Order: sequence, then structure tokens, then C-alpha cells
Amino acid sequence: MMTLKEALNATPAQLEALKAEIRAGVAAQKALNAYIDVENVGAGVPILIKDNIQVKDWSITSGSAILKGYIAPYNATVIDKMLGANLSPFGRANMDEFAMGSSTESSCYGPTLNPRNPDYVPGGSSGGSAAAVAAGLAVAALGSDTGGSIRQPAAFCGVVGMKPTYGRVSRYGLGAYASSLDQIGPITQNVEDAAILYDILAGHDPMDSTSANIDYTPIAPRLDATRKLTIAILPDYIKDASDDIKAAYHTATQALKAAGHTLVEAKLMDAKYYISAYYVTATAEAATNLARYDTIRYGNQRSANSLQELFIEGRSQGFGEEVKRRIMLGNFVLSSGYYDAYYVKAQKVRHKIQEEYLDIFKHVDLILSPVAPTTAFKFGAKETPLEMYLSDMYTISINLAGLPAIALPIENATSNGMPVGLQLIAKPYDEQTLFDGAFSLETQLKH
Amino acid sequence: MFETVIGLEVHVQLNTKTKLFCSCPTSFDARPNAHTCPTCLALPGALPVLNQEVLHKAIMFGTAIDATINRTSFFDRKSYFYPDSPSAFQITQLYTPVVEHGKLEITFEDGATKTIRINRAHIEADAGKNLHDGAISKVDLNRAGTPLLEIVSEPDMRSATEVTLYLKKLHSIVRYLDISDANMQEGSFRVDVNVSIRPKGDTQLYTRVEIKNINSFRFIEKAIEMEVGRQIEAWEDGVYAREIVQETRLFDQAKQETRSMRGKEEAADYRYFPEPDLLPAYIDDAMFAKYSQIPELPDQKRNRFVSEYGMSLYNADVITSMLETAHYFEAMMREGISAKNAVSWLTVELQGRLKGGMTPAQSPIDALTLATLIKRIEDNTISGKAAKEVLDYLLEHHTLDIDGTIEKLGLKQNSDTGAIEAIIDVILAANPDKIAEYKAGKEKMFGFFVGQTLKASQGSANPQMVNDLLKAKLS
Repeated sequence: MMTLKEALNATPAQLEALKAEIRAGVAAQKALNAYIDVENVGAGVPILIKDNIQVKDWSITSGSAILKGYIAPYNATVIDKMLGANLSPFGRANMDEFAMGSSTESSCYGPTLNPRNPDYVPGGSSGGSAAAVAAGLAVAALGSDTGGSIRQPAAFCGVVGMKPTYGRVSRYGLGAYASSLDQIGPITQNVEDAAILYDILAGHDPMDSTSANIDYTPIAPRLDATRKLTIAILPDYIKDASDDIKAAYHTATQALKAAGHTLVEAKLMDAKYYISAYYVTATAEAATNLARYDTIRYGNQRSANSLQELFIEGRSQGFGEEVKRRIMLGNFVLSSGYYDAYYVKAQKVRHKIQEEYLDIFKHVDLILSPVAPTTAFKFGAKETPLEMYLSDMYTISINLAGLPAIALPIENATSNGMPVGLQLIAKPYDEQTLFDGAFSLETQLKH
Repeated sequence: MFETVIGLEVHVQLNTKTKLFCSCPTSFDARPNAHTCPTCLALPGALPVLNQEVLHKAIMFGTAIDATINRTSFFDRKSYFYPDSPSAFQITQLYTPVVEHGKLEITFEDGATKTIRINRAHIEADAGKNLHDGAISKVDLNRAGTPLLEIVSEPDMRSATEVTLYLKKLHSIVRYLDISDANMQEGSFRVDVNVSIRPKGDTQLYTRVEIKNINSFRFIEKAIEMEVGRQIEAWEDGVYAREIVQETRLFDQAKQETRSMRGKEEAADYRYFPEPDLLPAYIDDAMFAKYSQIPELPDQKRNRFVSEYGMSLYNADVITSMLETAHYFEAMMREGISAKNAVSWLTVELQGRLKGGMTPAQSPIDALTLATLIKRIEDNTISGKAAKEVLDYLLEHHTLDIDGTIEKLGLKQNSDTGAIEAIIDVILAANPDKIAEYKAGKEKMFGFFVGQTLKASQGSANPQMVNDLLKAKLS
């Protein structure tokens, strides 16, 4: 598959051929189930769109049965930006229902498989996006990341996935999961492509009040693998990771040293606090964000004897199990009498997490961290929801702190041959350093 | 032996050009759902952006009630399911509202005053409307996302009279500031009443009952009366604790009673938490300086009218309580007529002739016409009595042509000294005996001469001149 950089220099005829090639590939690899459908807007470079980003006149469903048949009447800001940059929304990527999940198993369209090995999950929630790029079925894709939903599937599939600083990319048109955590970002074949696509997506949007109103300088033209950076490593923090992850962490550390970067040790709090703060915050926001799907305007309206019955019946049947679980959790933590004990406390922890990261960034440019405690796992391997939630331990704190981070492939695991990705984390709005460091690591690993 | 304790929540619909969080217009005469967009329909992915005009109006109101204006206020989500709320949550300000700790002074008929404290005024989004048509219910979301200012008083009112005075004053203030149309019937000024009772002398607050759905001042007094009666009866029957629960009741205008809207066991848990899609609402120095410059308020105007025009406090209150009436009066004064005449012709003659609660400003007679009519009295063209005939004629025939009407009705007053003297001379010549009686001390005879003169002039002689000339001739 040609890279995004190459595709941006392709002729219209070459792009048409590329699209035909992708269509044929998607049809040939139907079992992979990365694409929900292959719609197209415009004549530019085809970019796969996660099914929660609004594209005018497309059926955008967030992987949920409750939104089946819904046609988006407007474009997300990122879609308009892409169209203005000769990129062409091309196909909808499968995802966990409402971006809630780490394996793309909860989609109403069925699971996406990991192209490296179909017994393994592709990660989630942007599993369709990552699997398509890894399988050579997309030049690049858009994902969304609320607690790792870009970085973890990128790591599981062996591609690059980047989550911008909260506020860098407009959320206008992104079907919300957790508003204070969600960010749209690129999933690409390499670091440079990620920077190119990110440059197109980023910038202030008056339609999104939480969009940062600050100047934006494009990163890709200034991408520099030779900058010497100070990078924090986390010896204690990786103790909960599998041997494969630890081995990759060692590999990456050596590569960074070899590339001339200065490594310093740092400490982060126990990740169990992240899990609690994240699942309280995210579910509280999600419960209200998903309340609009009351089956009056969306979904199959059923006959009911009362308004209450209509709401209950419609929502019970329209939402999947994981979504219902999170709605109930969210309503519980917000309910009267529990608000202080859960939501308020979670916000205090969130503040502590932000402080802890900013303290570290007083001394370093980047932090090197695992993306997940293991490589991709097999379908059905996580028996309880809590086990699944624990697999987010290395990604969610970055969303809670609003930081930019990029996952990139390091090596293949010795135990199962699956890819291992690690992530670099930067201070807010310092995406230039983030991409420079990632570009350097990627370059060094090729040697 | 019981005291009534009342607090009010008033939802004032702000008259901004566009909605609270999107650029849809706020006018309501449009086809159902015409004024909607992804944001006010709460479509997937759409986001709210605060309309700054709402902050401007909140600053004006906060200034008018001498309140604390929070330079940084926050929005919260209030969750509940209802078809007229497309997001199933309302964006409001629970924890830090834009306006807090204000006060408003009410004035009783005898001139006594009382201060009612205002706990807060916060910004929130209105819901749409459900229209029930037989077995089918329809939803119109044109109103969804319209900005409201919810003004919450402390439980400082002790009677329905105080409630009415407070509401009239509040209504008057928002109209003077022009931050709302404040039309009760159209729902842009909505009142919820929180009522409880307690034995006189007790300082504790007992169970409050909220009454919704009252759309006129008259019904508010009635609803309070009914609800207080219900609570006192329950207390006296010893069933207060069981029957009076914290709940929302609707006032049924037809049956003249309040009834329960939902039971306690169904009490809503609104699951408030900070709205993550919005930044705090920030008021900078420039915005604060600009919008805390507010126009003259009703009390200020009233006091100014008393001192500037020497009118009674009562008349000043009548004229200033409605902004339009005050403007009407001020327009009349610009025509250079006397304030005394302006007040009586506005509040007695014109208002007295209007029916069905019509105000002078709504009447067919504009301020310039009424002032012109008064001018014709003041320049002796017509008598005051004739002016009333003119006013009747104008209202009846839908015309504003004062001079034409005077001409047509032949009401023009004769103020020609020579002509009046000539009539007087004829009358006097014909009644030497009456002159003798008058001169002998029978003063009542003077009225006879005045009457005869006016009659002989067919009512056109200027009565004041008749008086003066007769006095001179008979002395």
C-alpha cells in the first residue's frame, strides 16, 4: 500500500486505481470485517473513517444498532478539513459500539479480526481503522481515542496511532463517548504519515468550545529525527506488563540511547487509580451523552403503552451489553448521594494525575510507556469486563491528563509473534517534539 | 395563627437574536421544527457554543438587582428523559450561577417597602414543546435551546400580595432592561411558586410544595390561596406529615385546585455534573463595564417623576410600572404640556376608556395625539369637557384628527372678549331683577349668569373668560 505522503503526490488516475484496489481488497478480505461499508466522497486520497465521525449523507452509526438507518446531515469539522486538503473520506471503519471497548468485539456489525492473526483481536475501539491500515486496505484512517482507542489497536495491529492534545482537533461531528476525553487522531503506516494527517486535522474550531484557540504550526514540514531529547523511562511502572512488553521496552530504550537521546528514570502513581478515575469520569459523561438515543428520534420505534416503557424497551434492545453496563455505571456514580464519593473524587484524582505528568515534564521532553500490558489477546480471552478495563491501564491516564501521545510498533513478541507497540507521551500542545521523538525512534529501529 | 412562606422561581426567556448554544433564530411563529440545527436537535457529534449575548443580558439583570456577578460561571448537565428535550439533559448552572445574592424592593400601596432577597439567577436552555393531538403526540423543537434566565428568590414572601408585588416589579425590571418580552401568556415569563406554612412565630421552614403551570397574576394569587388552604387544613386535621410532601403540583385553572404532578417515590434524580462540552462562561472587564451600564429602572423613574413633575407616588407608580406607559408619558411631556394634565388624561381619561386590559401604549391613541388634545385645552381652543367628547369620538371613529373632530363637532371654544361681552350684555340687559338680587348678596345668582351666557353661546364661550368678564361687569 502506498503511503499517505506518496498518495498525496499521486495523479487522479492513480488515486482512482488505488480506490479500485482497496475495494477489491476489502471484498477479498471480507472476513477481516475492518470496513462496514465502502462509501466515497470526493476524488482525493482515500482515508478510512471511523464509524463515529459524521460524514454528510453517510449512515454513521457508532457501531450501534440503535443508530442503524441514521443518516448524518452534516460533516464533522475534520471531514471538511480533509476535503479541503485533497483527502477523500473512503469507507466506514468498524469499531466497538459507541467506542466502548478494547477489542472491537462489541460492534453491532460483528468483530473485526487482527490481520496479523485472525484468532486475535485487533484492539479497540478503533479496531477497524487499525486493522485496515495493517492489512494494506487503507492508506490511513481516522480513529478516536477516549482511553486508548487509537493507540491500543495501533499497537495490537502493528501500525502508528496518535492521540492529539485534548483540544487540538475539533470534536465537532464526533459522536461523543466521553466529551472531556475524546480526541480524533490519525492511524497510519508510519510516523511521518501520522504527522501529515494530524496537520490536516488540527487547528482551532469555533464550533467546538473545548477546541484550543491557539496558533497552530504544521509539524510534518519540520519533522526532525535528529533532535536530541530527554526522555523519561518508567522502570516501576512497567512491572505489571508482560515479558513481551518488557522486552520491547528494553529494545526501545536501547534504540533511543543509540539515537543519542538522554534517558532519565521517572515514577508514576499506581495505575489502579487511573482505572477508577477513568471509569467514573468516562461513564458519567457517556451516560448523559447517550441519553439522547431515546428511540424517539433514533432506532426502531416500538409501540409501547407508556412513554417510560418506550424509553426502556427501545434502549434495552438498541444498546449492546457493554454500552448498557457503562450507562448504568455512569448513572450510578452521578446519582444523588453518590456524586461526591465517586464523581467529585474522580475529578480530584484526575487533577493529581495531570499534576504528576506536568511535574515530570518540567525535566523531560517525552515519556516512554507501554500502550497495553500485553500484546493483542485472543478472542474471548477476557472473561470479565474488569479484566478488559485493566488492559487500558497504560493509556487512560493520558486522556485524563489531556496529553498527546503516539503509539508505534517496536518489534514482534517472542511468545506469540504479535506486534508490540509502545507509546511516547509529550506535554500539552508539544506535538512537534512528540513526532520528532517518534520519528527518531522509528528511524533508529529500522537500522 | 399560620404564616405563609413563599419563594419563587421565575423563568425569563431572554430575547436574544439566536439560541443559547447555536445560531438558530429565536422567533416562534415559524413552522414547527424549522428553527433547528444539529446542535439544538442534539444530533450525534454536534456541540454547544455559548451565545455571548446571553451573558450581556445576565450582567444587566445582575446589576439591576444589585447582585454579585460571577466573572466566571459554570454550566452543568441536568438529566431527565422527556420527548421535548432532544439531548435528554438540560444545560443549566447548578453549582456556580452567573448571578448570585441580589435583592429587589417591593412597595406596598401605603408606601411601605420590603426587600425580597434573590438567591440566584442562572442561565439555562429551554426545552421544546410537546403537542398532543388525540392519540398522537408531536414534538416541536423550535423553542429547544432558547436561553432562559431562571431567577430564584429566597423564601421571603409572606402573602399572595407580596408575591404579586414582587412579580410585577421583576417583570417591570426585565422589561426596562429589555432583556425579555416577559409575556406570561406566551410563556416568556413563567412562574413556579414554592409554598409552605408554619405556625406564626416559628422560624423553621416546613415542607415546601412547588406549584407549576400558572400563567397569569390572577391565577397565582388563586393558586397560593388554594394551596395554603390545603396545607392549613392538613395541619389542623393532624395529617400534615402524611399529606404535605415535597412535590410538584399543577394548578388546574378550570377546577381551581392544585393537584400532584408526580409522587415522591417518582421524584427525579437529575444526576447533575459539570457540562464537559463547554468552557466556563467568562466575563472580562470590558464586557462587564459595557453591560453594567443599564438604563433607568422603574423605581428610579418613579422617584424622578415624583420630584420632577410633582406627581403623587401612586400616580408615578401607575405610570412607571409598565415601561411602555412610562415611555408614552415621556413622549407626551416632550410636547410641552403640563404634567398635571398629562397624568390625568393618561391615567384617568384615556386608561378609563380602554377595555380588556388594554394599555395606553396598545391603544389607537398615540402619545402625540393625546398631548395635542391637551394642548387644545391649554391654548383655550376647547374646554376640558369638550376634550372628553373629542376623545370619545377619536376612539369610536378610529381617527387621530383632533382639529378636524373639534371642527366637526363644533366644539371650538369662543375666547373672543368682544363677542363674549356682547352676549353678557344681552343677558344682563334682560335680567335687571336678577342683578339686583345678586347685588343684594344672593351670590348663587352668579351661576345663573354663567349658565345663561354659556347657553346663549351654545356652549362655545370659554367658561373661564365668561367668569372673569361677568365678575368685572357685576362688580
